[in-house]
Amino acid sequence: MNALLNGLRVVELASDRAAWAGKLMGDLGADVIVVEAPGGHASRSYGPFLNDEEHPDRCLWWWNYNTSKRSVVLDLVSDQGRDDFRRLVASADIVLEGEDPGDLDALGIDHTQIRAARPELIWVSVTPFGHSRADLHEPTTDLTLLASGGTVWSCGYDDHSVPPVRPGGGHAHHTASAFAVMAALTAVVHRDLTGIGQHVDVSMLAATNVTTEVNTVDYLYRGATNQRQTGRHASEHKTMGIQVQTGDGGYCTNPLGLTTAGNYQSVIDWLGELGLEEELPEFFFLQMGVERGGVSLKVLGQDVEATEIYRAGREALYLIASKLTMAEYFVQAQQRGIACGAVYAPDEALADAHFQFREYPVEVEHDELGRSFTYPGLPYTGTSIPKSIRRAPMVGEHTHVVLADLAQG
Amino acid sequence: MTATAVKQAAAKSRALSHIRICDLTGLLAGAGATRFLAAFGAQVIRVEQPAHEKHRWDFLRGGMSPDGAKQGINFGGNFNNHNVEKLGITLDLKSAEGKALLGRLVAMSDAVTENFSAHVMERLGFTYEWLKSHNEKIVYVGNSGFGKAGPYSDFKSVGQVVQPVSGLTFMSGMPDMEPAGWGFAFMDHMGAYMMATAVLGGIIARNRTGEGQFIDFSCTEAGVGLAGPELLDSTVNGRPMRRPGKPNSNSDNFPPMVPHGIYPAAGEDNWVAIACRSDDDWARLAGAIGAEWARDPALATFAARMARRKEIDSRIGEWTAVQGRDTIEATVRAAGVPVGQVARPADRIDNDPRTAAWGLWPKVQHEEIGETRVEGIPVHMSETDWSISRGAPCLGADNDFVYGTLLGLSPGEIADFRQRGVI
Repeated sequence: MNALLNGLRVVELASDRAAWAGKLMGDLGADVIVVEAPGGHASRSYGPFLNDEEHPDRCLWWWNYNTSKRSVVLDLVSDQGRDDFRRLVASADIVLEGEDPGDLDALGIDHTQIRAARPELIWVSVTPFGHSRADLHEPTTDLTLLASGGTVWSCGYDDHSVPPVRPGGGHAHHTASAFAVMAALTAVVHRDLTGIGQHVDVSMLAATNVTTEVNTVDYLYRGATNQRQTGRHASEHKTMGIQVQTGDGGYCTNPLGLTTAGNYQSVIDWLGELGLEEELPEFFFLQMGVERGGVSLKVLGQDVEATEIYRAGREALYLIASKLTMAEYFVQAQQRGIACGAVYAPDEALADAHFQFREYPVEVEHDELGRSFTYPGLPYTGTSIPKSIRRAPMVGEHTHVVLADLAQG
Repeated sequence: MTATAVKQAAAKSRALSHIRICDLTGLLAGAGATRFLAAFGAQVIRVEQPAHEKHRWDFLRGGMSPDGAKQGINFGGNFNNHNVEKLGITLDLKSAEGKALLGRLVAMSDAVTENFSAHVMERLGFTYEWLKSHNEKIVYVGNSGFGKAGPYSDFKSVGQVVQPVSGLTFMSGMPDMEPAGWGFAFMDHMGAYMMATAVLGGIIARNRTGEGQFIDFSCTEAGVGLAGPELLDSTVNGRPMRRPGKPNSNSDNFPPMVPHGIYPAAGEDNWVAIACRSDDDWARLAGAIGAEWARDPALATFAARMARRKEIDSRIGEWTAVQGRDTIEATVRAAGVPVGQVARPADRIDNDPRTAAWGLWPKVQHEEIGETRVEGIPVHMSETDWSISRGAPCLGADNDFVYGTLLGLSPGEIADFRQRGVI
């Protein structure tokens, strides 16, 4: 079976904002051509670098966000470059770009100018506030967008003298890029039926705003302002902690605590196997948890007995965790039917047996270096899901072949 | 397949109006995926159990009315948000007659979506082979925490399991403190977005090849894939992500910037994010701060600022702590430097013209809740834009339409199925 997005051509103007969108479509089999300025796009300087040696073709930011793409260098400031760009775009199903509104217009290659002659083209713009607010020229970064968009308010510690926290990784870009892909494919489904393309305007600030789960909805629905708490959902009222420290200094989460009678019985058994019953003063409450048929999360704070049982359950988990390693506690809790997650670092997750079994990490061949490196793969499995991804292109690596193909029509 | 029109309050997007989804999802990780498709006009038929059995209904379905005066199975605010523009039917998936009805629904759908625990569909008898026996071209997308195969496939999973195991919780925090993690289920959202991507990709592939397919989506793997370039720094350069000083997620960044952080403003729990992308940004910020320490020529280069990052952060914190957050934001913005207040919900929902002008908070009409605001879509499409006006369906609200108009059952048959608890 062909790759999922086989047959779609995406022309992407290299950017921070939409790079992950192009990568996802490329990894899924689309022919993604990333257009860079002479010398390569600025993101090739972001680092980190292979062996810490700064070079546009050794930048791991570029490697991460540009897999399965081909690179064409065009100087869009020159007439020749713009002509080549127009010819290239004429071969595309989708154009993907993250330029500030107005910049492409000034060059004569904006979506309005190009789509006038090619209404079947789908053109996706990813900008901080959307093209409808082209009047705003406020500079932004991932950090400031996540602050303005609600992510940061919701994340941090119980202690509010510590600043709220921006989760690392580049998620303002990831979130907007996810919407760029969904919207682009929606437009493809529509175009395949009608022959009509369109302009797709993605706002990064809006994307972040609708990606804070309960923190937006609780306010919209009942005016609640949730407060950040260590390692768990922000909430209008303080909730019990869910993060336990393990004997090796790591952490695990128990997001649901103990709710079912089975949960309470399995923790009683677990304490017994570890010889820890005597160490838990609240042991008696666990038996009550079994006899009550468990404790519903919805009555916590209202039903005193249920709340004390639930609290005893947490104490039992804290005690057990302190005697085990992070990996042991995570797996054993789950095997006993208790929702639990090890707070892995991402590289530790990549090395975990489960993800290895699923062949999630992939070896990406770097022929230019004569070796391969391990990358995160695709989170999908299926007959049309590619099992491998290609390394990011070197600066202008495919300029000649792509332009020659266009010349041949 | 042609979706028969249902009465709607507003003009619907025609982008996906020819697409029908047999939707077995729930919570946010699944329901969030079909929400997007519904907003662009797809006919999403959400299938729910008819009578209450323990843990069978969506955990978010019930709740209190916004004023707290009423409660019931149709009052969940988050359920309403995640299921706007969908049809709702009840169907007992465990009964033989229920299974037969599901088969008829699959036969007239383009895609089947679910986010049950990994092996529930198999246990119910709804394998891909079974779905295909009712519709050769069906696109089936399953979304689970750990995927359908592998040692952890039976593990219990919610957002606060996916985020830690994938590494995203680890990447959120201050140095030498426990992980701060996420104050919400970010991966329920991202999982939903990537699930919708798979559904759309499957439909596009079917349109080209005439073949359906099954796609197994693992939310935890999606989380690992969002770690960014630091993960390659580990796999390529052998630099473990767990090391002293890590994480330091407000300050550390690729590209690296100094200053780059979240600083206190005057008042209770007020904060402002500031980021200097370049030496020029710093020169302008230093000018705006105006103090002698900031004008120190020794701080003009990135390397010098990086070496004195703690000192700079502490000085900026002293500068911001005595000013109102609006003042800081205005001053830094006027200097052309990226800045953003740490917005509370009211700031960004009621008082930010950038989200209001977007139409980001549409009002919907819900049969029992009445009129409420929900989240819009952060995308506008020039030809087939989204619309959201109908609230989530009350339990079984669209049984007559789906079983009568779409499946062609008689009123007598529907009444009989209802009376016997099949629907």
